[in-house]
Amino acid sequence: MAVTTTPTAPRRTRLAEVTPANLRRRYLRDRVMIGLLVLATLVVLIPLLVIVWYVISNGIQAVLEPTFWTSDLGSPARALSGRETGLGHTVLGTLVVDGLALLIAVPIGIGAGIMLSEYPDHPLTPALRILNDTLNGMPAILKGLLAFALIVKPMGTFSGLSGGVALAFVMLPIVARATEGVLRIIPWSIREAGLALGLPRWRVVLNTVLPAARVGVVTGVLIAFARAAGEAAPLLFTAFGNNFFSSAPLRYLTGPVDTLPARLYSLAISPYREWHAMGWGAGVVLLGFVIVTFVVSRCATRQRHQADM
Amino acid sequence: MQRSATSAIIRAPTKAIYRRLGDNAFQTVVVGFGITIMLLAITLAWVLLRDGWEPLRIFGFLGFLTGTTWDPVQNDYGTWPFIVGTLITSVAGLALSFFPALGVAIFTAEYAPRWLASIIDTIVDLLAAIPSVVVGIWGIFVLVPFLQNNVYLPVYFWTFEHAPQLLPVLGAPAGYNLVTATIVLALMIVPYTAALARDSIRLVPRSQREAARALGATRWEVMRMAVIPYARGGIVAGAILSFGRAIGETMAVAMLVGNSNTLPFTLFGPAATMPSVIVNEFREAVENLHLASLMTVGFYLFLISLVVNLIAAWMQRRYTVGGGAL
Repeated sequence: MAVTTTPTAPRRTRLAEVTPANLRRRYLRDRVMIGLLVLATLVVLIPLLVIVWYVISNGIQAVLEPTFWTSDLGSPARALSGRETGLGHTVLGTLVVDGLALLIAVPIGIGAGIMLSEYPDHPLTPALRILNDTLNGMPAILKGLLAFALIVKPMGTFSGLSGGVALAFVMLPIVARATEGVLRIIPWSIREAGLALGLPRWRVVLNTVLPAARVGVVTGVLIAFARAAGEAAPLLFTAFGNNFFSSAPLRYLTGPVDTLPARLYSLAISPYREWHAMGWGAGVVLLGFVIVTFVVSRCATRQRHQADM
Repeated sequence: MQRSATSAIIRAPTKAIYRRLGDNAFQTVVVGFGITIMLLAITLAWVLLRDGWEPLRIFGFLGFLTGTTWDPVQNDYGTWPFIVGTLITSVAGLALSFFPALGVAIFTAEYAPRWLASIIDTIVDLLAAIPSVVVGIWGIFVLVPFLQNNVYLPVYFWTFEHAPQLLPVLGAPAGYNLVTATIVLALMIVPYTAALARDSIRLVPRSQREAARALGATRWEVMRMAVIPYARGGIVAGAILSFGRAIGETMAVAMLVGNSNTLPFTLFGPAATMPSVIVNEFREAVENLHLASLMTVGFYLFLISLVVNLIAAWMQRRYTVGGGAL
C-alpha cells in the first residue's frame, strides 16, 4: 500500500495556525461543504426517482387493462381502431428467453466461479479471471453480435434460442465473479474440516462450501438476472421481435420471439400514440421485474447478515 | 500463505481410486465451464474480427478507423464519426456525473447517519439497475420535449441574435442530439460511479481519519486531507470503469442521440455513437459490406472497451479496491 498520502507541508501549517477568525472560516467551509454534498445527493437521486415516477404514472393504466396481459400486439391498425391488443406474447417470450438464459448461465457461471475460488492452483485460473473480467467489461451489444454470428447465421433465422444465449453471455461473467466472491468469504477452516473428515475435494465443495454460500450465490445470480433482463441491445438482432403469439410452443425457441426490452424500444420509436402508451406499460412491467428481483436479493442478503450475528 | 499451504494439503495424494475419479470428474466439469467462458471471450474478439475482415481489407486498419464517411449507398465506410460521438458523449457524461457521484459517495460514507446512508445506498444500487430502454422512453417523451422548449430553442434564439458566430457549433436544435445523449448518459452512470467511489472510501482505515481529527481538522478537512487522497486510486479506477460502461451504453443513447452519420457533429444537432449505429443499422443492413462494416465497428468498440477495462483493472489492482460484482 503505497497510497498513504500525507498532507503536503503548506496545508499542515495552515492547520496549526488556529486564530479565531481562521477557525471561523474553516468551520464555515465545513458547513458549506456539507450543504454541497447534500445538494449533490439530491441532484443525483431526484432525476432518477423522477424517471421511475414518470414510468409508473404513465404506464400503470396500460398495465391494468386485462387485455395487456392476454392479447398479442398485432398490426398498428388494431391499436388505432381500439380493438384488443396487448403484450401477452411479449411477456411469454420474455419468460422463455430469460428462463433459457438462466438455464445456460447458472451452471456454467457457478462452475467457473468454483474454478476461480476453489482451484487457485489450476494453471488456467489466472487466465480465466482475466478473460472473465474482459467479457464482463464488454458492452452487451457485442455479445448480441456474438450470438448473431454463432447461432442466428448458421440457423438462418432469428430465434428465441439465440436471444437466450445472448442474455446468457451477459449473465455468465457476472455470475462467475459473484460466485467467486462469495465462496472466498467462506473460511478455509470449513474446507479443512471437511477434508479432515476424509471427504474428497469435490464433496467438500458440493456439500460444505456451496451450501454455506448458498444465499450469496443466489443473490449473485439474481443481480446478474436483473441486469440481463433489462438488456435490449443484444436481443434486437437475436430474438428480433414478433407481433403475435407463436403458433406452436417450440416456435418460441426456433422462431423470432418478442421480449419486453426490445418491444419497449420498438414501441417507443413507433409513430403511434396508442403504442407509446403500451410502451410505458412495458416499462412498468420491466421496471417491476427488475425491482422485485432486486428487493428479493436484498432481503436474502439481509437475512444472511442476521444469521451471521 | 495460509491459502497455498491449504492447497498443498488438498493436493496431498489419496489412495482411494474412487476419490481420484470423483475429483477428476468434478475438476474436469468445473474447468470445462471455466474454459467455456475463456473461449467465449476469445471467440468474441475472433468473430468480430472475422466478420469484419472485409472492410479492414478494403479500407485498411487505420483507413477504416479514420475514415470520415459512412455511406451505405456509395459503399464507403469509416468509423471515425462514431468514435468521435462515443468519446464526446462518454467524456462529457463522465465529467458531468463525476462530482455529483463523488458527493453522494462522500455523503453516504462519511456524513449521513447510518439509517439514511443505508436508504440512499439501496436507492443508488436500485437506480443502477434501471434498464437502459426505460431511461430511453423517458428521454423521448419527457426529457427531449422539455429540453427542446426550455433550453435548446431559447439558447438557439439568443445565440442567433447576440452571437451568431457560435451558430455553427450549436447547430439547429433537433431535440435528439449530443447534449441530450450526454445528459442521459450521465444519469445512467452516476449510480455506478457513486457505488464504486463509496466502496473505496469505506476501505480507508479508521486510523487515517482519527489521525487527522486528532490534529484538529474539521470534518471536511479530514475528508480532503486524509480520506480522499487515500481513496483516490479506487475512485479514479471506478470512474474509468464507469467510463467503460458509458462507452458501451447502447439503448438510451441510440434512442436520444438523433443518429446522424456525418461529421461535424454540432451540440444541438443529431450525432451517433458506435453502439447506436450498430443498433440502428444492423437489422436493416442488406449489403454484405454494410453488415461487415458494422461488425468492424463492433471490433473497434471491443478494442476501446478492452483498453479502458485493462486500465481500470490495473489501477484497481494497484490500489487494491474491491467492488467488481455490481
